[in-house]
Amino acid sequence: MPDKASHTAPSISVADALKDAALAALVAFGLFFLLIGLRSAQGPTGALEVSTRFTDLAMVVGAVFAGAFGRAMIFGRGPIRFGGEMPSWVAPTLAVAGRFATPALLIFALLVPVLFFQNRYILDLGILVLTYVMLGWGLNIVVGLAGLLDLGYVAFYAVGAYSYALLATNFELSFWICLPLAGILAAFAGVLLGFPVLRLRGDYLAIVTLAFGEIVRLVLLNWQSVTGGPNGISSIPRPSFFGLPFNNEDGGFAATFGLEFSSTHRIVFLFYLILALALITNWATLRLRRLPVGRAWEAMREDEIACRSLGINTTTTKLTAFAIGAMFGGFAGSFFATRQGFISPESFNFGESALILAIVVLGGMGSQLGVAVAALVMIAGFELFREFQAYRMVVFGLAMVLIMIWRPRGLISTREPSLYLGEKKIIPASLVGEARSGGSGS
Amino acid sequence: MTAPMTDDAPILIVDHLSMRFGGLIAVDDLSFVAKRGHITALIGPNGAGKTTVFNCITGFYKPTTGLMRLAHPDRGVYYLERLLNFRVAKLARVARTFQNIRLFAGMTVLENLVVAQHNTLMVASGFTFAGLLGLRTYRKAENAAVDKARYWLERTNLLARADDAAGSLAYGEQRRLEIARAMCTDPVLLCLDEPAAGLNAHESAELNELLKFIQREHHISILLIEHDMSVVMQISDHVVVLDYGVKIADGTPDEIRNDPKVIAAYLGVEDEEVEKVGAEVGL
Repeated sequence: MPDKASHTAPSISVADALKDAALAALVAFGLFFLLIGLRSAQGPTGALEVSTRFTDLAMVVGAVFAGAFGRAMIFGRGPIRFGGEMPSWVAPTLAVAGRFATPALLIFALLVPVLFFQNRYILDLGILVLTYVMLGWGLNIVVGLAGLLDLGYVAFYAVGAYSYALLATNFELSFWICLPLAGILAAFAGVLLGFPVLRLRGDYLAIVTLAFGEIVRLVLLNWQSVTGGPNGISSIPRPSFFGLPFNNEDGGFAATFGLEFSSTHRIVFLFYLILALALITNWATLRLRRLPVGRAWEAMREDEIACRSLGINTTTTKLTAFAIGAMFGGFAGSFFATRQGFISPESFNFGESALILAIVVLGGMGSQLGVAVAALVMIAGFELFREFQAYRMVVFGLAMVLIMIWRPRGLISTREPSLYLGEKKIIPASLVGEARSGGSGS
Repeated sequence: MTAPMTDDAPILIVDHLSMRFGGLIAVDDLSFVAKRGHITALIGPNGAGKTTVFNCITGFYKPTTGLMRLAHPDRGVYYLERLLNFRVAKLARVARTFQNIRLFAGMTVLENLVVAQHNTLMVASGFTFAGLLGLRTYRKAENAAVDKARYWLERTNLLARADDAAGSLAYGEQRRLEIARAMCTDPVLLCLDEPAAGLNAHESAELNELLKFIQREHHISILLIEHDMSVVMQISDHVVVLDYGVKIADGTPDEIRNDPKVIAAYLGVEDEEVEKVGAEVGL
């Protein structure tokens, strides 16, 4: 651990700390004088009047002073370094927790509909979380494994959703036929995006994929005759239980199985459906990692030039990564369409792409468990803070900043090798390549 | 110094190769022949264009003019200037290492060697479809790949580090791993770009042994860029000297050692000799 000394023995005199704090307070004063100190409001005559809030200003500046003083006394000068000085028991404990976390989470997910059968809100939230888990896992193939920074992932989600909606409403195909078709169409869109960006890496790739996401959204918005434009597509068929509709009629699901009709049946079915789809995504990803194509993705993330020197066709490798990642996005999209019954381009804006990418980055690129936990924290946590209203975004932003300080490579940033001779050794995050700008591009 | 197990047939003929970057002529009308089973060294002062020649041979650059004819021992002739990019490695089976080591740092040593067998495994996995279903044929192929990796780990003395991240290896180990990885692609021609750079005398001697072993036991032809003369003079059968992109000498190590042009290029000459030797070199 580098400069351990600077943590344990912050040698700074009180005078120096006061000086630092005064400087910070001065900066805060300059920043907040106009923001907090002065306020313009409409006076009784209707004209704008400037009122002062110097007590508020003094409180904020005072808080900054105290905070900066405390920081200087505790951490000393220079950047605060978190991590790196974990007690020796932390790593093994985390490893044990990690081993139990996966089965525990899985069992919990399976039991959610049983435990919360009466609680529609929790079930809906669970479905939402699982949708994002699936999207995160899908994007993880592109970003985490292949190292291709994709800011337009929501485009494939949209392609999947619209494919299902259009096929189901126009041709009256069932969900189970539409699902693979939607996946194939999304994969095709992935290849379509892949071709023009083959030569791009890092920031440039991110910008082009971002543009691609916007193009897809704008096409959906403006191609009125097919997509319905901003009105979207409504009355998309709800899923049926392998042909049995979830309704109160004689041929319905409840009547067939001799159950009392409940509208929750459909929600529970949707919950298990998305859970199954997410687990299929996970299974496929784990499997692909052990196949040559998955190893080639990871090798490409590490060093593209070395890949070429070994005879690996990086063009097809990139395209398969885009296509397979997009395919899972398409599956998730068609699930989204059948759950909502209504889709419009509004659901597929850049914010969604950013959220999915945030889940992947926060979870740790390439880590399946990390992405699942991140999706749970981000989506469910976001919901829990709903009562804080405006402060929700502040809390969210603060949490992101803190996590990026503590664990700059995400919650689980280590890499598990895909095969081993003797014992499986976890690879430390610092050695693993990531979807970054520059990298090893030629 | 003798080359065992070799016939005199050429494996690689480089014919009038030129590489221009804008106004700069990095390689100027270079012709040489690398014989099958030989270790051919390409030497020259810094900036002589050695790595450019390598990049042309291994498909990273498309040469401005010239032919590079690679004759496989068993079948087929490949014109390398027509194969670009990964195809040189995949079809013509020319493997290379890099001057600044390029390993997959975040993958284990074993994974590095298995990735090198990508094309074989890709076919065995039925281009992923069969592998996804977990068919036996793929598992067999993967076991074979691991066995081959294990073989080269033993040869390069890295077996104990098989499950460590490649990025965590020591410098000399990384160099050896890069050679092992190149060998896992089953090459007919192995191109090594300064394999001894940064190695100490002991490691350098080990490298010599390894290269001799590859040549002797696997009958692989080796093309070598090297600054370390102890490596070049001890193991190479044939030496080509480049200076400013032009070939100035070509022969056995002994001939090269005593060639006045080579000495002039490497050590410089007395002032009064500059004109005389300069005229000889053609500058």
